[in-house]
Amino acid sequence: MSQILVENLTKTFRVSRRAPGLWGSVKGLLRRDVREIRALDGISFSIGRGELVGYIGPNGAGKSTTVKILSGILVPDSGRVSVLGHVPWMDRIEYVRRIGVVFGQRTQLWWDLPVIESFDLLRDIYSVSPDRYRLMRDRLIEILELGELLNITVRQLSLGQRMRCDLAAALLHEPELLFLDEPTIGLDAVSKLAVREFIRRLNQESGVTVILTTHDMDDIEALCRRVLVIGDGRILSDGTLSDLRASVTRERWLTVDLAEDVPMVCITDPDAQVIRQEGRRFFLSFDPQRIAVADVIARIAQNYPVHDLFVENPPIEFIVARIYAERARSAVAGRPQ
Amino acid sequence: MKKYLAILRSRFQTLLQYRTAALAGIGTQLFFGLVRMMIFDGFFHSSTQSQPMTSAQTVTYIWLGQALLLLTLFDVDKEVAALIRSGNVAYELTKPADLYAMWFARAFSGRAAPLLMRSVPIFVVAGLFFDLRPPASVTAGLLFLLSASVALVLSASMVVLITTTLLWTISGQGISRLAPVLIFFFSGIVIPLPFFPDRIQRVVDFLPSRGLIDTPLRIYIGHLGGSAALLAMAHQLAWVLTLLLIGRIVLMRGLRKLVIQGG
Repeated sequence: MSQILVENLTKTFRVSRRAPGLWGSVKGLLRRDVREIRALDGISFSIGRGELVGYIGPNGAGKSTTVKILSGILVPDSGRVSVLGHVPWMDRIEYVRRIGVVFGQRTQLWWDLPVIESFDLLRDIYSVSPDRYRLMRDRLIEILELGELLNITVRQLSLGQRMRCDLAAALLHEPELLFLDEPTIGLDAVSKLAVREFIRRLNQESGVTVILTTHDMDDIEALCRRVLVIGDGRILSDGTLSDLRASVTRERWLTVDLAEDVPMVCITDPDAQVIRQEGRRFFLSFDPQRIAVADVIARIAQNYPVHDLFVENPPIEFIVARIYAERARSAVAGRPQ
Repeated sequence: MKKYLAILRSRFQTLLQYRTAALAGIGTQLFFGLVRMMIFDGFFHSSTQSQPMTSAQTVTYIWLGQALLLLTLFDVDKEVAALIRSGNVAYELTKPADLYAMWFARAFSGRAAPLLMRSVPIFVVAGLFFDLRPPASVTAGLLFLLSASVALVLSASMVVLITTTLLWTISGQGISRLAPVLIFFFSGIVIPLPFFPDRIQRVVDFLPSRGLIDTPLRIYIGHLGGSAALLAMAHQLAWVLTLLLIGRIVLMRGLRKLVIQGG
């Protein structure tokens, strides 16, 4: 059963533009050039209970517009949305009680309060019963290792500490659904791993449905089985990570390190192209449906003094960048002359 | 209701920690009290006409006004203003609470906490050293406390309304700059309202700003007694209800713009 159902969602913003320079400002006083920007152009998808879905797209693609509509703070122009049986923007207060939101760029804690008092305040705002609250709070404090942070005011926390506290804050009322908007932005490597591990556990152990928007493809790779790619207000791709890969390219990458005690040679091979070279390290790409992995490796090892080699999938960044680029190209091609 | 009280309490406790600001405020307010007292002293000595308030009443009015200054010294709620400017205000809507009630609770404690910290010491100092007299009667004293409490609510409702206008004038240079100055002037804090010229007296009596300072103070000194006092408090209450309603409507319209236009 789907928890989130989105059908044909559209949203247009009106922005007034001003010609540049002083003259432009003067003209702007008399007449505003109002332009419409189509942020969402007919988006449909559905997400089931307990899924962990990555929602990615370049800046301005419509990611946060979607998340804002789904979390009840923006009203769409048209389309149907049903989340947990609610229309988010219609019965906002009842609805937001059942969801959790974390926006990486801002905190929902109170700047001048100690963390624990922010938590207590959220208990009152969400009307959580004292017993459930204590249970959940203690569990979150333990998993996220917040014990030592509780009496520090929020403004004194580091970004990583703050994000851990924010995650806890969003979950105190035991939401069934969690929206995470760039939860790892600006975090150091250790904090990133901690946040990822927590999200994974939350989803697996508590069955909380998670929608994750991010620019960090490592987040996606580590967490999401399903990825929605949005661009120019449309869904470009919806499926598992391997589907996404397959839809863009079948190619594999072969990295070869040549032995150091031999004169430098350049690798050439009929079935594999060199896409990059760093000293004695060569990056080749090949199509595994045209030539078997073992054959490429055997041939290269035979022809060149190989010190080390390994085969991998192109990184997800590469895949996504290519989707975006193809999208941009087709947009240019489709534009009337 | 409990959630809004919780916000109010927590904000109140936070603000009580700003002791240095309170001390500085007490110093400034005492200083300006002395200046104003000297001005009116000069005024009473140089004038032979009969005045709407006695010299003793005026001195008490001035000092009590200094004690309650924060009821009328306005600024927009800085944190809410920052939220609006950055466009983050939309995220306030992800909390299961009425936004107006939340902002009102914040504004109320934002007024009440510093007011409490400054008014009592100024009241005591002025009472001991500067001729601040006790209230005209026990009834006047009790009515004053009631009226000052209503003034606090009135003050908070004005803060919310003025802050809400930022949803339209993002730079914060419009109404949010002008209104506080006007409210300040017409509250009685600069010149007690009975001293205003007869011609504009009626306008001044009608405006809500009178309910912030002038009404409670004149009840205290006995300048408004009996039915006049009750009438003045009815005026205060009527404005409280009106401003709460207007504030709610304005916020609703601002939010509609926000949820349609995305801030």
